[in-house]
Amino acid sequence: MKEIDRWLLPEGIEEVLPQQARQLESFRRRLLDLYTSWGYELVMPPFIEYLESLLTGTGHDLDLKTFKLTDQLTGRLMGVRADMTPQVARIDARYQTGVPSRLCYMGTVLHTRPDGFAASRSPLQVGAELYGHAGIESDLEILALLAETLRLCGIERVSFDLGHVGIYRGLVKHAGLTETRETELFDALQRKSRPDMKVLFEKWALDSKQAEIFLRLSELNGGSEVLAEAKQLFKGVDQSVLTALNYVEQLAAAIKQKMPHLVVHFDLAELRGYNYHTGVVFAAYVPGQGQAVALGGRYDDIGKVFGQARPATGFSTDLKTLFSLSNTEAQEPETIYAPADQDEALQSMITELRAAGQRVVCALPGQQGDARAMGCQQQLLKQAGQWQVKPI
Amino acid sequence: MSETLTIALSKGRIFKETVPLLAQAGITPLDDPETSRKLILDTNLEHVKLVIIRATDVPTYVQYGAADIGVAGKDVLMEHGGEGLYEPLDLNIACCRLMVAGPVNAVPVKGRLRVATKYVNSARHYYARQGKQVEVIKLYGSMELAPLVGLADCIVDVVDTGNTLKANNLEPQEHIADISSRLVVNKASMKMKHAMVKDFIAQMERAVANKQ
Repeated sequence: MKEIDRWLLPEGIEEVLPQQARQLESFRRRLLDLYTSWGYELVMPPFIEYLESLLTGTGHDLDLKTFKLTDQLTGRLMGVRADMTPQVARIDARYQTGVPSRLCYMGTVLHTRPDGFAASRSPLQVGAELYGHAGIESDLEILALLAETLRLCGIERVSFDLGHVGIYRGLVKHAGLTETRETELFDALQRKSRPDMKVLFEKWALDSKQAEIFLRLSELNGGSEVLAEAKQLFKGVDQSVLTALNYVEQLAAAIKQKMPHLVVHFDLAELRGYNYHTGVVFAAYVPGQGQAVALGGRYDDIGKVFGQARPATGFSTDLKTLFSLSNTEAQEPETIYAPADQDEALQSMITELRAAGQRVVCALPGQQGDARAMGCQQQLLKQAGQWQVKPI
Repeated sequence: MSETLTIALSKGRIFKETVPLLAQAGITPLDDPETSRKLILDTNLEHVKLVIIRATDVPTYVQYGAADIGVAGKDVLMEHGGEGLYEPLDLNIACCRLMVAGPVNAVPVKGRLRVATKYVNSARHYYARQGKQVEVIKLYGSMELAPLVGLADCIVDVVDTGNTLKANNLEPQEHIADISSRLVVNKASMKMKHAMVKDFIAQMERAVANKQ
């Protein structure tokens, strides 16, 4: 093996070096403190577990994203987590006591293939989930917590995108589409490809009024005017569609009241996570970033496969992404240099300084480089028989 | 206006046929990519820029937000998978067909068919739907040569007039898809710059309708 191959990391796997690591860790602590102050309990799901429990109730995409290996003890397949949300849902289903529970988590996940452009295959996933309440209030709380998360990371000019998977689901039901057709339409609608949709409708000889509704649905994105437009368009269709639309409208009104500074857009044809989401879905976008930086929504059924279906809503994001978008500058901590000297007075002074929260680094006898080269701003000097901290 | 709109186009046929549509939307490039070496072209509108890139790179630029909007052939989009993109409009330009072509009077192949193409995913998908396991050979150009020198039994390629096929004693055999150029939009741009983007799409849609 050549030397160059020894330090080369696999694609999408990165290491975080001192300065960034310090900052990243300070972000991590700040966020966990925030979640604690909102009453969200930290959980630490295992890094690896049986594949069935890891993938139950999730989509095919997650299956392909998960690294797998055989457990030598049982012969069963295990997976390295690619998303912690289902794990946290399982924890809630297993340990819930009936009251609403608030859980948060932070940890590295692994992806077999990167999610997007120059994306990491080992994101540092962070998120919060609220179980046991179905309604605007819990969705609003999660959205507010996400907004606070982004603000705390120094990310400005965020805009939120709201959708509701119940709209498409209801329209499909109303149009009486078979499962195969639903999948085909889903693919075209996700790309907002009206040309492809038209081809499908022609092939199926779909009623022109139904076709018109789906075609216009693909254009229902933008400001609050799309809600009014949708109301007109969905007159007389399945009640579930109108219920979903009302939900979005009420949530938007509640956001406006509680967080008037938040920029909110709508996309009623947004179908991200259609497999497991059951209600409102949302995403956070930042200018100059071609993809969403945080995702979330309601997924009321996911606990069912673990024996307990509970209403659930939550968000998750990648701390490394937030970190790269952050505007906050890192503060270099002051470091005090202590000479290589076994003097007792010096040693006790070092202990005192460290106990007071100061950063003291001890020189080693005969080492290379001086205090400045070691990145110290101050040093311990003996003056008039007393050890004192002096600037370099 | 602080917000800018970046449009990704490829040189040649797509550029030539998109310019008249852009003109109807009130956008005129100030340089000609055939003579200029610039890769970012200014337009008469200060906030609108055109970036000139390879056709196969257009979905990538738009997907990751390096350009807000792009014009890409359906052949390129099918090959790319179209993931992470919106493709709201068929521009009805640069029309052709994606086809299987092979030698005239070819003897049916025993065993596995060898297919030379640059559309690896589309070819594999097409044969998979027919339940055929084929060997796909990725080439970057001059596909027509492959059957002539025995590298492959047939090719999958876009066919416009069919003259190149004819000149090489090949004939179109199976029709895979009709190809035309689509307007593609970055997902975040559609949401963050929705007023500007939707207005642009509407103008292009009118321009396409006017042409027909």
